[in-house]
Amino acid sequence: MKKSIAIVAFVVIFAFLVLGVVQMRPFGEPENEDMDDHFLGDSQERHQVNNVVTAVLFDYRGLDTLGEATILFSAVSGVLTVLRKIKDEKEEVED
Amino acid sequence: MNWEMSRVVRTITDILIVPMIIFGIYLVLHGHLTPGGGFQGGAVIASSTALLIVSYGTLGKHKKDLSSIEAVGLTLFILIAFFGIGYTMFYNYLAGTGGIFGGTVPAGPNPGYINTGGTVTLMNLMVGIEVSAALSLILWMMSRESGIMEAKDKGSEGMEVKG
Amino acid sequence: MSWDAFFMTMPYLAVVILLSIGLYTVLFKKNLIKIIMGIAIMQNGANLFLVSLAYRDGYYAPIFTSAESTDMVMPTAHALTLTSIVIGLATTALMLSFTIMIKRHYGSINTEDVRRCKE
Repeated sequence: MKKSIAIVAFVVIFAFLVLGVVQMRPFGEPENEDMDDHFLGDSQERHQVNNVVTAVLFDYRGLDTLGEATILFSAVSGVLTVLRKIKDEKEEVED
Repeated sequence: MNWEMSRVVRTITDILIVPMIIFGIYLVLHGHLTPGGGFQGGAVIASSTALLIVSYGTLGKHKKDLSSIEAVGLTLFILIAFFGIGYTMFYNYLAGTGGIFGGTVPAGPNPGYINTGGTVTLMNLMVGIEVSAALSLILWMMSRESGIMEAKDKGSEGMEVKG
Repeated sequence: MSWDAFFMTMPYLAVVILLSIGLYTVLFKKNLIKIIMGIAIMQNGANLFLVSLAYRDGYYAPIFTSAESTDMVMPTAHALTLTSIVIGLATTALMLSFTIMIKRHYGSINTEDVRRCKE
């Protein structure tokens, strides 16, 4: 029963993916590119940066990078918490 | 608990650890000129930590140091972003002012000058510090708690390389 | 659909293949390590989709070393992909840590065995 539900879900999602690919625009010809052209023309004169990806990452979309660094920090905190708790339990057993 | 590989592996590690860290610092500092940046350079520096863990089996008692370095990197990143609050947060207040990292870039294709970028270069540096410490911490905790370092104590010598 | 139009959808087909492999692994495998590998494959499929959305045919990487600003692909999706890669790494590390904890607690990483209550 559970396996049949999984099979149906897989087939449905696969069909939607293939349908999306068939109706997708051609590869290499984007349609809405005004924002990216603005970034490309603006990053050298206003931010003095050669690498436009870095300019987008740290200036135009800096809050995204702040959230990303926070996610990395909280993931490390989670790893430390999870693994330290195991060690304490083991020491209690040994004691 | 504190096992290490043979002398050959340890010597090669001592030799290779220097160019690995230098290459990571190069990737971090040239993040605004070439492909690369804080995250990639930090990952390269953390791979040197992985080499240390594999060959020596421990990092000593540096876990609190790595935690502090990571927190300091994230805090300095937020502070550098916050200093532009007079205009907006993440405003590039150092670009083109002539101070530190304040040089001007000639328009169009150019070979790239390191004294440019303003806060972008500083944020690359801070993110590099944070990511290298964070990934080193993850690698060390996972290798310590998954029992790799206890392989010699339990008699299984699968991880040990006979010199 | 002509052959040229079919070839121009090949990157999206690669995305579909990656997402399908990851979804199959997540749905039908019982090993937690294999499930995490499936999630990582799905993350790579999403990254490939973002990068292939940003491509402009015949253009260069968005770095002012040898290309003019009118000859570059779109940079925003590349920055989002960079963010996505780091978040994927953090979540993978967290999931592997949980797997280590489950192995210590239950003695197994099979999802059928993990389901039972431990006294």
